[in-house]
Amino acid sequence: MDTDVLKGGFSNAPVQSAQAFRAIMTLLARPGEILGVQGAMPPAPLSVAAGVTLITLCDPETPLFLAGAWDCPEVRKWIAFHIGAPIVPRAQAHFAVGSWKDFGPVTDFAIGTPQYPDRSATLIVELETLSTDGPALRGPGIKTHTTLSLPDVETFQANATLFPLGLDFLFTSGTSIAGLPRTTKVEAT
Amino acid sequence: MTHLYTTPEAEMNAYNFAYLDEQTKRMIRRAILKGLAIPGYQVPFASREMPMPYGWGTGGVQVSAAVLMPEDTLKVIDQGADDTTNAVSIRKFFEKTAGIATTEQTTKASVIQTRHRIPEAALSEGQILVYQVPIPEPLRFLEPSEVETRKMHSLEEYGLMHVKLYEDISRHGAIATAYAYPVKVEERYVMDPSPIPKFDNPKMEMAAIQLFGAGREQRIYAIPPYTQVVSLDFDDFPFEASKADHACDLCGADDSYLDEVIMDDKGTRMFVCSDTDYCAARRHAGHVGAQGIPEKESVI
Repeated sequence: MDTDVLKGGFSNAPVQSAQAFRAIMTLLARPGEILGVQGAMPPAPLSVAAGVTLITLCDPETPLFLAGAWDCPEVRKWIAFHIGAPIVPRAQAHFAVGSWKDFGPVTDFAIGTPQYPDRSATLIVELETLSTDGPALRGPGIKTHTTLSLPDVETFQANATLFPLGLDFLFTSGTSIAGLPRTTKVEAT
Repeated sequence: MTHLYTTPEAEMNAYNFAYLDEQTKRMIRRAILKGLAIPGYQVPFASREMPMPYGWGTGGVQVSAAVLMPEDTLKVIDQGADDTTNAVSIRKFFEKTAGIATTEQTTKASVIQTRHRIPEAALSEGQILVYQVPIPEPLRFLEPSEVETRKMHSLEEYGLMHVKLYEDISRHGAIATAYAYPVKVEERYVMDPSPIPKFDNPKMEMAAIQLFGAGREQRIYAIPPYTQVVSLDFDDFPFEASKADHACDLCGADDSYLDEVIMDDKGTRMFVCSDTDYCAARRHAGHVGAQGIPEKESVI
């Protein structure tokens, strides 16, 4: 039996998930900031930050979409053991994880309904690098402006125009993570 | 009969950290994140039974339980006071089930759970303010149907709220709503700020994260830092953050929200700061109000 799949979860779930959630909440409340998270050791190509985010937020109640290379047996098995989230096509997903290229156009993810805008997907976008070197961000949670190395500009600008509907994004790279809720306005570079 | 947990330590270890199970915390955490992404929108959540009755802050307690970390310092206030029954029991609840540090000082707290007040001291970026909310729906007393109010929010149909404020003016000559004064968040959702006095409304544009939990009504909503929060009003009847026209009789502060205390059955009254930490800190610094005595002499 392949026992590697049993490894890489939280060793002290109540405490580690509380610390990870504080980071994730801070990042979605303050777009443009970058924080480090740790505690999970997921199989490649999942980054540590993406693994921590999935363990912290996902469970059997949250359908998950795996994009491109992230949809591999190792990742599926690890998620099945540690999280138990059903793997679904993108239109049904509450959460999704993958690289920006593998996601392709993000138009077919759930953006919520006018009466329930919260019924929208959260996309975990894996990036090679994550830095504050990028387009300016303005909106709730930001005092004047911040900057973040986004993989695209037009997509996020279009997403913001859907408000109060829209997608929410978390960007992960290694142990680093940043957030971009639908309220953030991305300025053209 | 055998007792499973015989020592206080064993008894405490019988709880998961911060009382709630992990599955419940994940559900609440997901609701908090959607709330922050859609400021002012009420996210439904599967509120749990808590070991205290509805109306005692079960919504706030569940939100606090989902955000607390072991390294946090918690402050709990009820109408501004740290030493009232509700505040004391919630503070003890988390001391016991989460083993965290608690404080009465606003500046030392990382998480502040509040019932019906915002502390006088300005909150900073690292802090989280958790409100206990009885009725989260600002339109509820105008429209009893949830189906209808949900539709009204989706269509941004808030005319009824302005009619209510207008009727206040036509009856009383001014907007008589003194607490739970409706606000509009980021020019989109009309939100109930929980029953805080309208004196506190301007403070809602703050550096801290604000989370609102309504346990019985099963709603969570949120305001990220530096988010626009505007109290509804009219051009000719602008919003006014009012308070009792008096200074605190204990510390002399003229900028804090005051409680009116009846002193005897002859109608003698006294105005004191509703925020006990603010008042105590001022008295400690040597400020004395009209009926106060210097702090050193008051120690028995």
